[in-house]
Amino acid sequence: MMSKLELKEDKMLEVQFVGDDDVLNHILDREGGAKLKKERAQLLVNTKKIIKKPEYDLEEDGQEVLKDQNYVEVLGRDIQESLKNGSAADGGNKVYSFQNRKHSEKMAKLASELAKTPRKNVSLSLKNDPEIMINIPQCSKGKILPHDKSEFLSTAPSGLRKRLIVPRSHSDSESEYSASNSEDDDGVAQEYEEDTDEVILNQKIPSQNRAISAPVCKETPSKKMKRDKTSDLVEEYFEAHSSSKVLTSDRTLQKLKRAKLDQQTLRNLLSKVSPSFSAELKQLNQQYEQLFHKWMLQLRLGFNIVLYGLGSKRDLLERFRTTVLQDSIHVVINGFFPGISVKSILNSITEEVLDHMGTFRSVLDQLDWIVNKFKEDSSLELFLLIHNLDSQMLRGDKSQQIIGQLSSLRNIYLMASIDHLNAPLMWDHAKQSLYNWLWYETTTYSPYTEETSYENSLLVKQSGSLPLSSLTHVLRSLTPNARGIFRLLIKYQLDNQDNPSYIALFCVLWYGYPYVGIFFSRLFLVNSDLTLRAQLTEFRDHKLIRTKKGTDGVEYLLIPVDSGTLNDFLEKEEEES
Amino acid sequence: MATSSVSKGCFVFKPNFKKRKISVPVEDYFNKGKNESEDSKLRFETYQLIWQQMKSETEQLQEELNKNLFDSLIEFLQKSYSGFQKNSKDWGCQIKLREIPTAALILGVNVTDHDLTFRSLTEALQNNVTPYVVSLQAKDCPDIKHFLQKLASQLTGCCVDEESKEGSTQVAQKKTHCSMDSLSSWYMNITQKTDPKMPRKKRTSSSQWQSPPVVLILKDMESFTTKVLQDFIIMSSQHLHEFPLILIFGIATSPVIIHRLLPHAVSSLLCIELFQSLSCKDHLTTVLDKLLLTTQFPFKLSEKVLQILTNIFLYHDFSIQNFIKGLQLSLLEHFYSQPLSVLCCNLPEAKRRINFLSDNQCENIRRLPSFRRYVEKQASEKQVALLTDERFLKEEIQSLLENLHAYHSNYFLVLRCLHQFTSSLPKYPLGRQIRELYCTCLEKNIWDSEEYVSALQLLRDYLLPPETQPLHEVVYFSAAHTLREHLNAAPRIALHTALNNPYYYLKNEALKSEEGCIPNVAPDICIAYKLHLECSRLINLVDWSEAFATVVTAAEKMDANFITSEERNEIIHARFIRAVSELELLGFIKPTKQKTDHVARLTWGGC
Repeated sequence: MMSKLELKEDKMLEVQFVGDDDVLNHILDREGGAKLKKERAQLLVNTKKIIKKPEYDLEEDGQEVLKDQNYVEVLGRDIQESLKNGSAADGGNKVYSFQNRKHSEKMAKLASELAKTPRKNVSLSLKNDPEIMINIPQCSKGKILPHDKSEFLSTAPSGLRKRLIVPRSHSDSESEYSASNSEDDDGVAQEYEEDTDEVILNQKIPSQNRAISAPVCKETPSKKMKRDKTSDLVEEYFEAHSSSKVLTSDRTLQKLKRAKLDQQTLRNLLSKVSPSFSAELKQLNQQYEQLFHKWMLQLRLGFNIVLYGLGSKRDLLERFRTTVLQDSIHVVINGFFPGISVKSILNSITEEVLDHMGTFRSVLDQLDWIVNKFKEDSSLELFLLIHNLDSQMLRGDKSQQIIGQLSSLRNIYLMASIDHLNAPLMWDHAKQSLYNWLWYETTTYSPYTEETSYENSLLVKQSGSLPLSSLTHVLRSLTPNARGIFRLLIKYQLDNQDNPSYIALFCVLWYGYPYVGIFFSRLFLVNSDLTLRAQLTEFRDHKLIRTKKGTDGVEYLLIPVDSGTLNDFLEKEEEES
Repeated sequence: MATSSVSKGCFVFKPNFKKRKISVPVEDYFNKGKNESEDSKLRFETYQLIWQQMKSETEQLQEELNKNLFDSLIEFLQKSYSGFQKNSKDWGCQIKLREIPTAALILGVNVTDHDLTFRSLTEALQNNVTPYVVSLQAKDCPDIKHFLQKLASQLTGCCVDEESKEGSTQVAQKKTHCSMDSLSSWYMNITQKTDPKMPRKKRTSSSQWQSPPVVLILKDMESFTTKVLQDFIIMSSQHLHEFPLILIFGIATSPVIIHRLLPHAVSSLLCIELFQSLSCKDHLTTVLDKLLLTTQFPFKLSEKVLQILTNIFLYHDFSIQNFIKGLQLSLLEHFYSQPLSVLCCNLPEAKRRINFLSDNQCENIRRLPSFRRYVEKQASEKQVALLTDERFLKEEIQSLLENLHAYHSNYFLVLRCLHQFTSSLPKYPLGRQIRELYCTCLEKNIWDSEEYVSALQLLRDYLLPPETQPLHEVVYFSAAHTLREHLNAAPRIALHTALNNPYYYLKNEALKSEEGCIPNVAPDICIAYKLHLECSRLINLVDWSEAFATVVTAAEKMDANFITSEERNEIIHARFIRAVSELELLGFIKPTKQKTDHVARLTWGGC
């Protein structure tokens, strides 16, 4: 059935139905039956793309074809860009491109490039092109060294070549390098000698100079050019990931004589750094602060908000909290806190928000209870602020499912931040629809001071100060008897730490065998099995002791604090008493 | 109260009770914190009204679309139920008795929409077939014990609603031990108890049945573990004569999965019938038809916005729910950011509102690009009048809005005609779906396209792109980038940009650089990041730290140096530690034990 149009006086149209034959005649008259032959593929994406790009017209049947390129264009670039959004700045192509060929000395090269031109921009890597990347050090070498290339290679002192070449095979060498990715096979012996010299030299040369003097790339660009680019990249990937051989220098922090810093020292040192770009950062933050009311509006209308982008968003969320949430019930959750769990989140909701004192069989039961409570009482409103929803402790599937279910409630509003680069992978479609996110980019460049303070970074000394202070703190709140028992446990653990059988006693302890009770009651610390059991449970609740399943399936007890801290603690206790 | 502590991670803030009572109404947030707050109350109300209408329209639509599917499902259930009844009398069909009637419901990959479908399905079944409808999800049933527990608790929950609250104590007991036996005896109990009474009010059709079947919906059949499924099917087929079970499998992929999950011995215990739900693309077409290609709702989307929404749909999730969410956000953004959206309502109401427009709003109208273009085309006296005389302006707006309205009603009519006409042409030159045609027409003059050629000159006057219409800004939402930012964000690209090109965010001349370069005064984390890109799989911390120190020291050289070099080195080292810890938090590196003082890179490529 086709329709025919008629114009009416009041500008409105009317559709009349006419017979197929008439329509056919109509078409044939107008078209002359000629133009319809043109074949066009049907794209799912958008018709306008078909029109613009005849090269896609090759599809012969009218099937709907998905074209990635169109998709990228439409979602990535085609639209006028918002100025504030970094995700719009580059299309995905750069981020997801293959890695360039890397050499171990690249970093030092780059550093020296940057260092050499303090207030100028140096071209480091030109648009991810591997060939050009390789060329850079050579092009810029003139700046660093007075020699030309050939001179340099032949006459450069070994100290300057230090990052360069080390034979692949000399694993028994005591030099700084156990391996290198240099492709030279010649001059093995010579370089070996140079290598040993170099260690001596290195000690004399200040670090700054050393780094500058590094850049050399022995491979000629022409040789490189010949390689097939793509296969090279792919090979490169598998080369790097298949072999267990590690092509980096062997230097360790110990040799550097740079002691690991503890959290406190680190903080003190960093406090001396004067912040740069504070005006610009402030401006950024002000932009985000203007969104506070909009966020509130969107939260109240059933969306949840997730903040992403480089830099800690903790302060921003804190300001949001203090500006607009003062009169509402809200819970702040530090996802980066190592002891956080969904259980503790649910507990604070049931116990502190809903004033419920009972216990629950399982987390799911607890969730059900909360959900019912919020569904029953629509006047109840709760804001959840989660810093780092993607933290180690919360990123698990179950945790996300539960938090998602909470956030899907009409009267629970969730505002969260994510930082990890793969954070969105936590959510499948089902979870995403539970969360009902609106994404907001809030790049702040603020240091992640709080977020990283709990992290066991390689470079930060695991100082005992934190567990020690909390240990003292918790024990102060216990009865003298309990302290006595705990002291006994500490002593036992310290005395027996090298003795494999010590675990056995602890296990027996837990099960409260009579003679263990005697062991304690002899010291008049406990008078019955029951009190001992209660005491141990209390310790466990305070995380002073931990149970651990042994290979035989029996639970053992353990104080999860290193012996140094325990010794410190005992000393301190003795001083005080 | 502080929100950081070494001993806990959750902080609850409860303002005192009195304060809490006066919670801020939502509309207050609508006008706070922006410069343009003209008519914001009215705008918010209009938003609420239109959104409610759209929402109920989609719900109704969903119901209608599901109706066919549900009807055939219900028919199937009734048929198999009557089979139960017959068999119970006729003991000859022993074999038939072992077969559990099973409906395999192919729902498609848009899992997010399934919940809604199941909810209305449950309702429909409860109204038409049986009060005992239970739905289970794989995540609740890791093993057969949990499976039965959930089943039992939901079943007993089903009857608690009706049998007052007496069942609550039983629930607790049932949780500890449930088996098919206990379920059967429960069923026996419940049917005998209710038989003589027959008091049900709602269930007119089901009340005639003496023992209604138990319908079990497995929402995500694919996610269940094979063992649980097999065990349950075998067990319940044994008890089928005393526990009349009917299964409904929710399937997102293809029916083949049933045979992949269940061996022949088990699947032969099922009497499976297939049901196909409406394809989500057809669903989308209907939704578009009812919400956008109509004059019923004044609100419209620009070509790019529609494009973004359909692309998210087609490329990401096939989810109608998400599409509606995008529509809601567009609506909200439109009313939030466009002060003139107050006129985005039905025509009589809009005409009424024109009379109450403030001076500011009149100015806003004069500033609209489309209105300015319109004014430029007028005679000079009229131009002056439009720009100075408020009353004259308002009258003009009246007629312009009328025109806009007429334009739309013609537009959609003609669009449908054109679609009817072209959609049956071979190779679909203007698209198979009306939304494709709509997008093309929204974007530009359709007759300029080659495909259109000489066809239908008549339509030309009616399919003008909306931008040609004065005041189109009032009803068209065109901020496509906001939608993309908030619905389909790319956090990783944002991270990449922030690390590679700090100038993008921090507009400081010192940070200005060519593409692919980074100035050495850039934030520490950017420098550490840039350096780490030069490494392969593992990174030596000492090398990294030295390289970092080199760059940073060079950058600082110009600054006045009051502190000793040793202290300065320490500070630089501390900054390096901070940058490395932050990169670890962001997931670029992780500690490794493969080699002393090394970290492993977690990314391959530019980011």
